[in-house]
Amino acid sequence: MSLLPRRPSSRTGGTDDVRPTDGSPGQDEAAGPLLRGVDLHKAFGSTAALEGASFSVSPGEIVAVMGPSGSGKSTLLHCLAGIVPPDRGSVTFDGRDVAALSDAERGALRRSAFGFVFQFGQLVPELSCRENVALPLRLNGVRRKDAERRADEWLERLEVAGVARQTPGRVSGGQGQRVAVARALATEPRVLFADEPTGALDSLNGERVMELLSGAARETGAAVVLVTHEARVAAYSDREVVVRDGRTRTTEVVA
Amino acid sequence: MSIAKTFLGLLEGGPSHGYDLKRAYDEKFGQDRPLAYGQVYATLSRLLKHGLVELDGVEQGGGPDRKRYAITDAGVADVDLWLAQPERPEQYLQTTLYAKVVLALLTDRPATDVLDTQRAEHLRTMRELTRRKTGGDLADQLVCDHALFHLEADLRWLELTAARLDQLRTEVAS
Repeated sequence: MSLLPRRPSSRTGGTDDVRPTDGSPGQDEAAGPLLRGVDLHKAFGSTAALEGASFSVSPGEIVAVMGPSGSGKSTLLHCLAGIVPPDRGSVTFDGRDVAALSDAERGALRRSAFGFVFQFGQLVPELSCRENVALPLRLNGVRRKDAERRADEWLERLEVAGVARQTPGRVSGGQGQRVAVARALATEPRVLFADEPTGALDSLNGERVMELLSGAARETGAAVVLVTHEARVAAYSDREVVVRDGRTRTTEVVA
Repeated sequence: MSIAKTFLGLLEGGPSHGYDLKRAYDEKFGQDRPLAYGQVYATLSRLLKHGLVELDGVEQGGGPDRKRYAITDAGVADVDLWLAQPERPEQYLQTTLYAKVVLALLTDRPATDVLDTQRAEHLRTMRELTRRKTGGDLADQLVCDHALFHLEADLRWLELTAARLDQLRTEVAS
């Protein structure tokens, strides 16, 4: 199965595709970040989770968000993905202000342009692995037959074609997480949000999931926001942003 | 670890004699390996020669003259540069990193920057190893994994130290 390069017409959502036809991220990077959060603040009750965090990612770029537990990494991801609104600051995707979108528009954006992988696959236990991967495609209006064919292609790409008919409860943790990655990438999202995607896996399975996830993302030109506290996982990224006490820091090495 | 840089950092707190510098060094960084007097005076004369310290006074007594040394502007700039530059990631790096963090705290420089700069350097090396591993055979993978696990251990130490900076600041100031 070739994932190179995608035609805009293959996208399941209605967003404009500005990806270069040669599949390289170069032209888009020159055009600026695809997703950008500026001076984000978010509090839950009296607890401040973000206190001026900023972040950007360009098409085809993998950015690791690192930091200790409770530093605000996941909240940053949720704000960037439009899952929770920031109290202050702005999030723009492809030049559009995400806060200005209606709930329905934001939901459509998440379904069509964003993909998600969490620490625990969060697959639907009653559905087979194939149906799980096909689900976001079906929600975007793709016919069952086409959705399942594409699901099978993605399962094969993630080296778990053998579990297509199994339910998630009958597969290993590593296999389940690969199914979750397949599901996240099946809609060919422009941004993949991965929150501790290997957190529940042993070293070997974690490495394989990261190899497959980063490889597939690079082939499709998806931008990846990779939240992790593990340096070996962050080493699959192009650069890192460190969150500490709700603020982001980037570091440049002195030449 | 650089004794010269450490002396410079210690001298930022004020002029000092060779004997007091040795005592401060042994107490903070020497662990079980105190400095020999020969090393102390050789280091100080080298710093003097390079203009990084200057003589602040000579006390004459019954025994040998006691020279007091003060850091120069060039010495302060040298410490700045040293703290801002990451160490080459390698095994058992902690002693140098620890000294840098302690000296940053002692001289009111941002110790977090020392840790962040080092993290960035470690991750840069880890990315190179990961790329080599991804495109390599099993031997490459195993060799790279060994290095990656060691670098990861350094980074865990960095994170732990970052979380304990306030505590360390109190202890080094006492």
